[in-house]
Amino acid sequence: MLHSFPFRALLTVAVSCLPAMLPAGDWPQFRGPGSNSVTSDAQPPINWGDDENIAWKVDLPGRGPSSPIVVGNRVFVTCSSGVNQDRLHVLCFDAATGNQQWERQFWATGRTLSHPSSANAAPTPASDGESIFAFYSSNDLICLDLDGNLKWLRGLSYDFPKAGNDVGMSSSPLVIGNTVVAQVECQGDSFVTGVNKQTGEPLWRVERPREASWASPVAAHGEKPGDELVLVQSTTKLTAHDPATGREVWTYEGACDAISSALVADGVVYVPSKGTTAIRPNSTGTPEVLWNESRLQPGAASMLLSNGRLHMVNRAGVLTSAEAADGAIVGRVRLEGAFWGTPALAGNRLYAINQDGAGQVVELRADGQAEVIGKGKLEGPIQASPAISAGALYVRSDKHLWKIAEH
Amino acid sequence: MRRFVLAAGGILATFGTLLPVQAQSDGVANWLATMRQVQREGAGNRAASQAWSELTASADAYQLPAILAALDDADPLAANWIRAAVDTIAERHVQSGEPLPTAGLEQFLHDQQHNPRARRLAYEWIARVDPAAPDRLIPQMLNDPSLELRRDAVARVIADAAAAADNSQPADAIATYREALDAARDLDQVKLIAEALAMLEQPVDLAHHFGFVMDWHLIGPFDSSQGVGFDAVYSPEETIDLAAEYDGSAGRVHWLAHHTDDEYGSVDLNKAIGKHMGVAGYAMAEFLSDKQQPADVRVGSGNAVKVWLNGKLLASADTYHTNDVTDQYVGRGELKKGKNVILLKILQNEQTEDWAQDWKYQCRVCDPLGKAIHATDRPGPGIPKRPATAQASTE
Repeated sequence: MLHSFPFRALLTVAVSCLPAMLPAGDWPQFRGPGSNSVTSDAQPPINWGDDENIAWKVDLPGRGPSSPIVVGNRVFVTCSSGVNQDRLHVLCFDAATGNQQWERQFWATGRTLSHPSSANAAPTPASDGESIFAFYSSNDLICLDLDGNLKWLRGLSYDFPKAGNDVGMSSSPLVIGNTVVAQVECQGDSFVTGVNKQTGEPLWRVERPREASWASPVAAHGEKPGDELVLVQSTTKLTAHDPATGREVWTYEGACDAISSALVADGVVYVPSKGTTAIRPNSTGTPEVLWNESRLQPGAASMLLSNGRLHMVNRAGVLTSAEAADGAIVGRVRLEGAFWGTPALAGNRLYAINQDGAGQVVELRADGQAEVIGKGKLEGPIQASPAISAGALYVRSDKHLWKIAEH
Repeated sequence: MRRFVLAAGGILATFGTLLPVQAQSDGVANWLATMRQVQREGAGNRAASQAWSELTASADAYQLPAILAALDDADPLAANWIRAAVDTIAERHVQSGEPLPTAGLEQFLHDQQHNPRARRLAYEWIARVDPAAPDRLIPQMLNDPSLELRRDAVARVIADAAAAADNSQPADAIATYREALDAARDLDQVKLIAEALAMLEQPVDLAHHFGFVMDWHLIGPFDSSQGVGFDAVYSPEETIDLAAEYDGSAGRVHWLAHHTDDEYGSVDLNKAIGKHMGVAGYAMAEFLSDKQQPADVRVGSGNAVKVWLNGKLLASADTYHTNDVTDQYVGRGELKKGKNVILLKILQNEQTEDWAQDWKYQCRVCDPLGKAIHATDRPGPGIPKRPATAQASTE
């Protein structure tokens, strides 16, 4: 039974309504503050290399497709190491200097196997401005304050031993209201759970299809705190839940991508489904389908939205731009290489890092055309999405974390 | 729990030198006891969080060995609380320029009765403040119960062997590689050593080294359409009768002997039983042990599996085509002296993708650290390969 919801208020300011504790300029989670990979911050430089615009570079103790996040003047990164990838790291660096502030390590309590190209530290951590919520493929969920003090930890695979995927899992956690949402979709114990962000105690758990999904939950913020929803994407559906209770509010039934995640803006949810499908929730429990465009195929990277246009990189490395209103394709440009990480957008500049570490800066023009205006090279492979904060681009590989900025 | 509190108090008395040490020791022991009470689904988190804050704010570095000792029999959740406390206390001291009690930590490290991970943690803090520590400590750890410490020691021996080979001292190189091979437990190191020995014309029987089971009796297919076979109990799960015949999903089936020559013990059921989808097959091996002993039955398979030893289910996984690696599923059990029966159930689903067509497994028997346990009737290493025997079949 689905319930009505204040839909008029729902989803209207998804990009602008951010967690109250976060100052402007933070990049606090996977795909940035609005889960759309967009920032209004100053633009990072358009070219970089060994001797150009590298503010600092630090070594990392382990691997990870997880992305760096930025909270205030600190950068946080998760890694995993060890012959069995069973050592979990959370590191904090000073954003200005790159000096390591602290490191905490933990031992995985769940399965640690993954495809060789991935690692246990695949999910990107999240922050509400007061705490860091680090999550791993082994389904260990750890909460630290910004100074590295342990607040709580959970072993979701320890709780539910059949939760795991030996290909690796990568859904990033989401902080929404008082809840940390962790999506654990796999062939075994498959669920999404809401956890009290202060204590780690379970608030709710909803069973999900027993199929692997690597997509991440996204928030749909409304005008009031009570309007917030969490959207959870499986391979067969996307559902919206009350983050406080897990109550399912509406469902979109349809094949969805297993890797790239949905995006929310201006009351519309853009779902990587049958290409891309735009849906608008309503009071019936079944969202209205606004449009579908099968040619808008995000690859492993998720889509972005800015200035009324969607942008996505497909598996062939083609960046396609389309009108968010109707899905009409307005431009294409071929980028070099293949992409796992989702590009980040500052102003009209899109920063894309391919899996070989080659960076390409694309200028998105008002007429829909796009042009590569800058390049940079870092030592790959790189699977993580870049983060942007205060005019700096943060990129991590399995070995290093870079700050790219004019200095 | 009482045993732990007393033990922690004893270690604190050993390493502590200041007063009011006793009161602080009691506090440390109590805080650690609270952390060790965390349970599944966040139970105990609130109390543990408070205890963690008080411990890390109050404990001095000289108490690190006592805190490390709390890891000895802590469950995995509690272990992470305690580990984070160790790192926080040690990091604070190092960042403030205060010395760590390396003597106490080294004493803890050398006591192999302590938890291997706790000992490794002690070593890493020693090494962080004492650059000479790795050269002094690691070479002694070639056969350490901590696989991480052992791995570092093996790496050094491999480097020594490589240097001998580079210096045209093949006899020394071979002897040193063999020393490394005996100690190595990690697959990547064993492969590296085997490749180096092969270059020196000293091939390694990897199947023997790892303890892969090479001789099986196979039967199948049984129905597992839509995954029903995972929970279904077919006759081979109830009684092992190698002379029996049963109704399978594609006709009458019976047990047939199968030998694999694969160096990693892989058994391809698509070839041995036949190409089927939505099916279950069974593999049985008799294993003669010279004594009662703890043993792992470790299976690698991209298919759903169940693993029994002497009728006891040790491991199971109802997942398909996620990975296929050595030691993917570890079943902890015990061999009895004499004949033991290993039974595997290997299931294939109905996916149609090219990458979902494998129906195979590998299985080895080893001690909990990964050293092969060989059946008493197993031929020694390097025995010429036998031709494959008759394959299982359907009628």
